[in-house]
Amino acid sequence: MEEAFAKLDIRKDENIVYKRTELLVDRALSYCPGCGHGTVHRILMEVIEEMGIQEQTIGISPVGCSVLAYDFLNVDMLGAAHGRAPALATAIKRMWPNRFVFTYQGDGDLAAIGTAETIHACNRGEHFVIIFINNGIYGMTGGQMAPTTLPNMRSSTSPYGRDVELMGHPLRMTELVAQLPGTYYVTRQAVHTPNHVRKTKKALRKAFENQKLRTGISFVEVVSNCNSGWKMTPVNSNKWMEENMFPFYPLGDIKVDGKLVEKKENA
Amino acid sequence: MGELRLMKGNEAVAEAAIRAGCDGYFGYPITPQSEIMEYLMMEKPHERTGMVVLQAESEVASINMLYGGAGTGKMVMTSSSSPGISLMQEGISYMAGAELPCLLVNIVRGGPGLGTIQPSQADYFQAVKGGGHGDYKMIVLAPASVQEMSDFAKLGFELAFKYRTPVMILSDGAIGQMMEKVELFDPVPRRTEEEIIRQCPWAATGKPNTRDHIIITSLDLDPAGQERVNLKLQAKYRQMEENEVRYELIQCDDAEYLFIAFGLSARICQKSIDLARAKGIKVGLLRPISLFPFPVQPIREIAQKVKGILVVEMNAGQMIEDVRLAAGCSIKIDHYGRFGGIIPTPDEVVRALEQNIIGG
Repeated sequence: MEEAFAKLDIRKDENIVYKRTELLVDRALSYCPGCGHGTVHRILMEVIEEMGIQEQTIGISPVGCSVLAYDFLNVDMLGAAHGRAPALATAIKRMWPNRFVFTYQGDGDLAAIGTAETIHACNRGEHFVIIFINNGIYGMTGGQMAPTTLPNMRSSTSPYGRDVELMGHPLRMTELVAQLPGTYYVTRQAVHTPNHVRKTKKALRKAFENQKLRTGISFVEVVSNCNSGWKMTPVNSNKWMEENMFPFYPLGDIKVDGKLVEKKENA
Repeated sequence: MGELRLMKGNEAVAEAAIRAGCDGYFGYPITPQSEIMEYLMMEKPHERTGMVVLQAESEVASINMLYGGAGTGKMVMTSSSSPGISLMQEGISYMAGAELPCLLVNIVRGGPGLGTIQPSQADYFQAVKGGGHGDYKMIVLAPASVQEMSDFAKLGFELAFKYRTPVMILSDGAIGQMMEKVELFDPVPRRTEEEIIRQCPWAATGKPNTRDHIIITSLDLDPAGQERVNLKLQAKYRQMEENEVRYELIQCDDAEYLFIAFGLSARICQKSIDLARAKGIKVGLLRPISLFPFPVQPIREIAQKVKGILVVEMNAGQMIEDVRLAAGCSIKIDHYGRFGGIIPTPDEVVRALEQNIIGG
C-alpha cells in the first residue's frame, strides 16, 4: 500500500495540503474515538509549531482524560496533581518569564477541585494560557457528575438526572473568570465541525500571542462531547452537544483585550 | 568570619534562602512562622537576587507552585506550620514520586487539629515516616539553634539537589521565634538559566531539537514501571542512610546515662546535663540532627555503653520508637515529653531521668 502511494505523482511536497504536525508524538492517542481531545491536541501543537516556540514552551497536563497529554504533546510537560495545574503554571511563568506556559485541564479538574487555583491564578493576572475542555462530565473515572453537568443531565452519580435542588447548579467557570481583572482574553469554542476547529485554532493562536504582551491570563474553553460518558454515538453526541450544551454554554468571545464583549444572541 | 547578626530563627532561614541562591518562595501565612514570608517581602529579594516571592492562596497552592518550579530545575522553598504542612502532604508525595528537589520548613506548633500556636515536636512521625501517601521518605533536618536555621537552609538545598528529593527543616515555634546570634554565610549567586539547563538535564525547561521532550510526573500506570520507580526511590533512600546521617554527641565520653533529643528538646537537655552532673549523675546527650536518615548505628553503639536512655521530646513519644529499634538491646529506654505547646523545664527532665531510668 505504502509503495503504491509512493509511486503516485500526487504525493509531492507541493501537493500536501494536510499532514500531522511533528509536534504531536507519533503514537496512538488514548482518547475514545469521537472525542474532541485529539483535535484540540492537534491544533494546539500546530499553533506552537507555526509560532516556532517549541523550545520555549512548557505545558502542564491535569488529572482526568487528558492525564497522559504529556505523552502526545511533543513539548516539555509536567503532570499536575488534580486541579493544581494553575499553581504549577504560576511558579513556572514567574521563574521562566520568557517561556510560553499553558495548562490543559478538564472541567472536573478546573471547575471542581481546582476552583481556587483557577480563580486566584486568573485574578492575580498570571501571564499564561489556560485551555479548558468542558464535556460536562468526569470522563476518565467513568462518567460521574461534574460541576458543569447540565440540569437533568444523567451521569453515573446523577443516574436520574442532575436535580439542582439536591446537587446544585452547573458552574459557568468561563463567565466567572471573565469578570476578574487578571484575565485578558476569555473565549468559549468547540471543535465538532471544521469551521469550529478553525475558530478554536485562531483563539489558541491569539491566546499564545497574548503571552508576549504580559497582560494576564488567556482562557480558552472548548465545549466538547463525551460520547462514551454520555452513552451516545459520536455523531449523536455532537448533535446533543449543539442542542443542549451550547444553549447553556454559548460559544464566542466573552472578553477580548481585557474588555468584556457585549452579549450577542446566537453567538 | 561571616556577617554576624541578631535574628529570629524565622528570619535566619529566610535570609539564608536568599543567600543560598533560592529562585522562588511560595507560602501562606500561619503562626508561628509568618515572619519568614514577612522578612522575604521586606528584603525585596526580587531586587537583591531576582528571587520570586509569592503569597499563594493556600498551602495546597504553595506546594504545587513548588512542584512546578522544581520541575523546571529552579531552587524553590516554602514554609508553614503543622496544619499547613498537613495540607501539603499530597504535593510532597507527588514531588517525592517525581523526584523533585525542594526545601520545606515546618515551624511546628502543638496539635492535633488547629491545636495551639505554641512550640511542639508532635510532627516527627509525619516528617520522618512519609506524611503523605505511598512509600517515600524525605531528608529531615532538625535545627537546635537560630544558627542552624541558617546553616540547614543552605545544606537543605544542597541535599535536595544532590538526591532530587524534598528536604524538610523540622523546627518548632520556639526556635522560629527566639533571637540568637547568627553568623551568616556569604551569598551564592542564583544559577543562570543556562546553568540550570546544564545542571538539571532532567528538568522541563523547554524542548530543544537536540533532545526528547521531558515529562515530569509521578504517574506510571504500568505496575511493573511503578515498581521500578519505587525500587529506584528505595535505593536512593539507602544511599541517604549511608551518606547523610548527622548527629551530635555532648558529654558522652564518661556517660552512664544518656538523653536522646532533637531540636529544642536537645537544648533543654544540655541544661539538664549540667543540673544532673552537679548531683553526680553522669549523663550525656545524643542529638540526632538528621531525623531521616536516623542515626541508627551511633545509637546502637552508645546503647552498649550506657545503663539507660531517656528520650526527651515535646510529644507523646514518637522518636522513641526509632531509638528502641536502633538500640536493639535490653537497657531501660523511656520517654519524657510534654504536649500541646508546653515546653519541659530542665528540672523536670532530670527528675524524669532519676525516677524513670535510674530509679525505675
